[in-house]
Amino acid sequence: MSLLSVRDLKVSIGAIEVLKGLSFDVSEGKILGLIGESGSGKSMTALSLMQLLPKGSLCAGEARIQGQNLLDLPERVLCDLRGSEIGMVFQEPMTALNPLQTIGDQVAESLVMHEGMGWRAARLAAREVLRKVELPPEAFPPERYPHELSGGQRQRVVIAIAIACGPKLLIADEPTTALDVTTQAQILDLLARLVREEGMGLILISHDLAVVSNIADDIAIMRHGEIVEAGCTSDVFANMRHPYTQQLFEASAHQPPEVSLPEPEALLKVRGLTCVYTRRGSLFQKPVETRAVKDVSFDLFAGESLGLVGESGSGKSTLSRAILGLQPVRSGSITLADRPIDGMKTHRDIRADLQVVFQDPYGSFNPRHRVERLVAEPFWLLDAAPQGQERRDRVTEALEAVGLKADDAQRFPHEFSGGQRQRIAIARALIIRPKLIILDEAVSALDVSIRAQILDLLADLRGRFGLSYLFITHDLHVVRSVTDRVMVMKAGQIVEQGETADVFASPAHPYTTALIEAAPVLRRTA
Amino acid sequence: MMRMVLGGGIALIFALAAVLSFFWTPFDVTVFDIANKIKTPTGLHPFGTDHFGRDILSMIMVGARISLAVALVAVGIGMGLGVPLGLWAAARRGGWVDELVMRFNDLVFAFPSLLIAVMITAIFGASAFNAILAIGIFNIPVFARLSRGAALSLWSREFILSARVAGKSSARISFEHILPNIANLLIVQGTIQFSLGILAEAGLSYIGLGVQPPTPSWGRMLADSQTLAALAPHLVLFPGFAIILTVLGLNLMGDGLRDMLDPRLKGIRS
Amino acid sequence: MMLRYALTRFVSLFLSLAVASVVIFLCIEIVPGDPASAMLGINASPETLAALRAELGLDQPKLLRYFDWVTGMLRGDLGISYTYRAPVAEIVADRIWVSFPLAVFALILSTAIAFPAGIWAARRRGSFGDTALMGLTQLGVAIPNFWFAVILVLIFAINLRWFSAGGFVGWDAGVFAALKSLTLPAIALALPQAAILTRVMRSSVIETLDADFMRTARAKGLSAAQAVRRHALRNALIPVLTIIGLQFSFLLAGGIIIENVFFLPGLGRLIFQAIAQRDLIVVESVVMLLVFAVIVVTFLVDLAYAWVDPRLRQRS
Repeated sequence: MSLLSVRDLKVSIGAIEVLKGLSFDVSEGKILGLIGESGSGKSMTALSLMQLLPKGSLCAGEARIQGQNLLDLPERVLCDLRGSEIGMVFQEPMTALNPLQTIGDQVAESLVMHEGMGWRAARLAAREVLRKVELPPEAFPPERYPHELSGGQRQRVVIAIAIACGPKLLIADEPTTALDVTTQAQILDLLARLVREEGMGLILISHDLAVVSNIADDIAIMRHGEIVEAGCTSDVFANMRHPYTQQLFEASAHQPPEVSLPEPEALLKVRGLTCVYTRRGSLFQKPVETRAVKDVSFDLFAGESLGLVGESGSGKSTLSRAILGLQPVRSGSITLADRPIDGMKTHRDIRADLQVVFQDPYGSFNPRHRVERLVAEPFWLLDAAPQGQERRDRVTEALEAVGLKADDAQRFPHEFSGGQRQRIAIARALIIRPKLIILDEAVSALDVSIRAQILDLLADLRGRFGLSYLFITHDLHVVRSVTDRVMVMKAGQIVEQGETADVFASPAHPYTTALIEAAPVLRRTA
Repeated sequence: MMRMVLGGGIALIFALAAVLSFFWTPFDVTVFDIANKIKTPTGLHPFGTDHFGRDILSMIMVGARISLAVALVAVGIGMGLGVPLGLWAAARRGGWVDELVMRFNDLVFAFPSLLIAVMITAIFGASAFNAILAIGIFNIPVFARLSRGAALSLWSREFILSARVAGKSSARISFEHILPNIANLLIVQGTIQFSLGILAEAGLSYIGLGVQPPTPSWGRMLADSQTLAALAPHLVLFPGFAIILTVLGLNLMGDGLRDMLDPRLKGIRS
Repeated sequence: MMLRYALTRFVSLFLSLAVASVVIFLCIEIVPGDPASAMLGINASPETLAALRAELGLDQPKLLRYFDWVTGMLRGDLGISYTYRAPVAEIVADRIWVSFPLAVFALILSTAIAFPAGIWAARRRGSFGDTALMGLTQLGVAIPNFWFAVILVLIFAINLRWFSAGGFVGWDAGVFAALKSLTLPAIALALPQAAILTRVMRSSVIETLDADFMRTARAKGLSAAQAVRRHALRNALIPVLTIIGLQFSFLLAGGIIIENVFFLPGLGRLIFQAIAQRDLIVVESVVMLLVFAVIVVTFLVDLAYAWVDPRLRQRS
């Protein structure tokens, strides 16, 4: 007997059909993983079950929970169901909570709404709900405000709100996407435990096949508003009937071709590097200093791809900014081919050997400039920058090297997709033939299939142009597949470094072990 | 779009009237015609005449010249000084320049524009120039704060980091990358400040701290005819309508521009 | 936490006042010639000029005079008005009781109109009612308050005879009578501010309606109306507070004009007359007083922020 049964669910917004007839079931105490890349309609599915679709959307079909069709119920009845029978957890824990209300009150409010409790009783009961999501009131007083908690802790509060009244069905929309791997693993454990203990049904929505594969009982794979393949997790992975499933799986586990390494010769040398952030308070307060990078030393060899792994706040971004000469160095030294890099004083000849590709394919370009001007920007570093036809030729060459066309030079960045923009960013980094490219979360914002293509491109370019990469990421899978050596960073220090294969096979530092264990792994057979 | 055309159209009519007044007005506003004083609107004097027999339509045309010029120059002062200050503060975010600019802003904000005008007139006497100065000074922090805030959010964007990696100086980045990207905001705020400037000029002239007689100005016309309002309401109504229409037109244009230029309102991301 | 925040804000309040007093003092100092000759005009005999200089203490060094002025103000001594031949503090004290009640009255009117109107429009965004109200606020913003005042007098005082056309009966005549004589001026002052505040309130509410936590509230089972009441309003209030603070200073300054329309014996008329008579001592004191009021209101708004927003209490 299934808890929720959805039949031929269709949603359209204006003239656009977002969901084209979905059917699936969720059973009590089971987890259904709903997987799809961006634009597949997976979030719309969640919102249509909650009947919280944006204004102007039309919803048809059937979604029965305990015999009632959610799509037919009047708003008054839906209000009673939401929060009591169906709970929902959202992607962005940083903004999902009311910043002006204590966490205890936000949990208690659910109880006041549905259980007919007074505020005093509800606040008491809320303490126990918070304990259930591992925020014991002794350590995390319910009188705290959301801004006093970390992202993972806030997500626990959101979960507490959703489960406060013991709902039959829980919908979690990308609940861990905004979190670090170790936190992600804890939240997934928590959700799995709650499902087991409370006998809820859980719809776990994610773009990440690996996240879902480990805990879901059933899986449904979505694409363009349709479910292309569904079934028991192990069956789906064992058989992969639909070509898109195969494609998704292969892209997730993608391994770009290997590049042979020359004799090691240090290109970038970092010695005893310490970087400090000063935050100034008001006029009379002492500035507060935070040491973001503490006494870091390492070498990057010519032609090598070196990984730098760390969670948010580990100092990896500060380190990359320091290497790029954007961040003042407190003590220690950085040299590139034996020439010093020192904050904004770095000589432009050295900068010309160093380029960067950032994470956000939307924020990387001045939206008012054409691609030609964007790609040619690093020419600023050359004393004799090519002009006229030569400049156009160099731009064309760079664009063609990353798989774009010469005509693309005359278009604006918003005319390109996310993956194409990342190609433009790589073309910009390539154009002055640097020795080292820093890839700062360069593939993190991309869908898996696009990510696989970009990783291939990077591997290809590295061989063709003899580049070195410093690959900064929080994604262990990417590091494992594209780097020769890896460094693990925590609280401003490098806690472990070595050959990538060795580090993954036998991590020496407990933090590395924790990271590797927390990272979701995609197995062919679950 | 419709609002922008409508608002822009109204503002344009007043601007044209102001330009036209340099070459031609229906009657000469410097000549008194006591025989025809306080006439209600007729075919000859479509808006009537004032207590000296001057043609109100002609005076409103000449008054438009003053109002628009004062407001335009004042906004020019505010933008010309405020925007570079704001960009400079943002480029040195957290540094002493930033601190100094922000404190200067706070200080000027503590003096309402009317008080600045009062101080300036108390010291130098009343004149159109001092009105411009007073309104202009008040506009500086408005633009400094706006451009600093907008520039700050751009400085953390990745395309600015890329430009820094390409070795460009903060001044070059400010003008090449930041200014064009905050231009929309500045244009919209500019229209709003322009309309506020017209209101402020009218207020100052009304209490005699702005344009001095015999130069006609909308605020002055209201002040002169206030005691006659019960007798001849048209003396008060027409200059008032002129102010309201101009300000309304500019505000509509500003709103329309904002909707047209603000990319956030276009293409909602899923 | 709250106390520490209040203290840091208090220090900055004190600093602002100190800087503002220096600026005002210097402004009066740069008067062409010196204040005495500016006050007496070019026809003054050297003897009267010297006498006034001595009276004003202009023969003493600047620094000393600044400290005399500031310490005098702290004791409540604002000097002697040259034209009124009376202590400025006494003249000002009478007039404060017209200007401040007028500003407060107008502020209450403008918020009382703007809050419900802004929320109402935000919840019906895009509807005919919203569009009509927004059109009305556009008009309200464009109307100069002194012109509106003249029209109000024409309609309600001259034609309908509900109110007197000007003047102030004084608080001795009873609170009701006094408030009645401030009603038309307060409406004239409040209307444009109410229009602005309505627009700010509307856009602020719309912004919070789209916030993620509103979706959480709906998912909790709150109806749309409950979610607005319990979660949106307090959040929407934060940007509105800033505007209210700014408006108070506009209302105080706007009083200078409106008091002249209605012949109200307030600070605005005082400063206006003082300028006409070049009584710089009075100008200096009244400007300082108004700036003081603006800075204190900014301080109170900062405190109100911290009361509404726990994130501020913790910072600094």
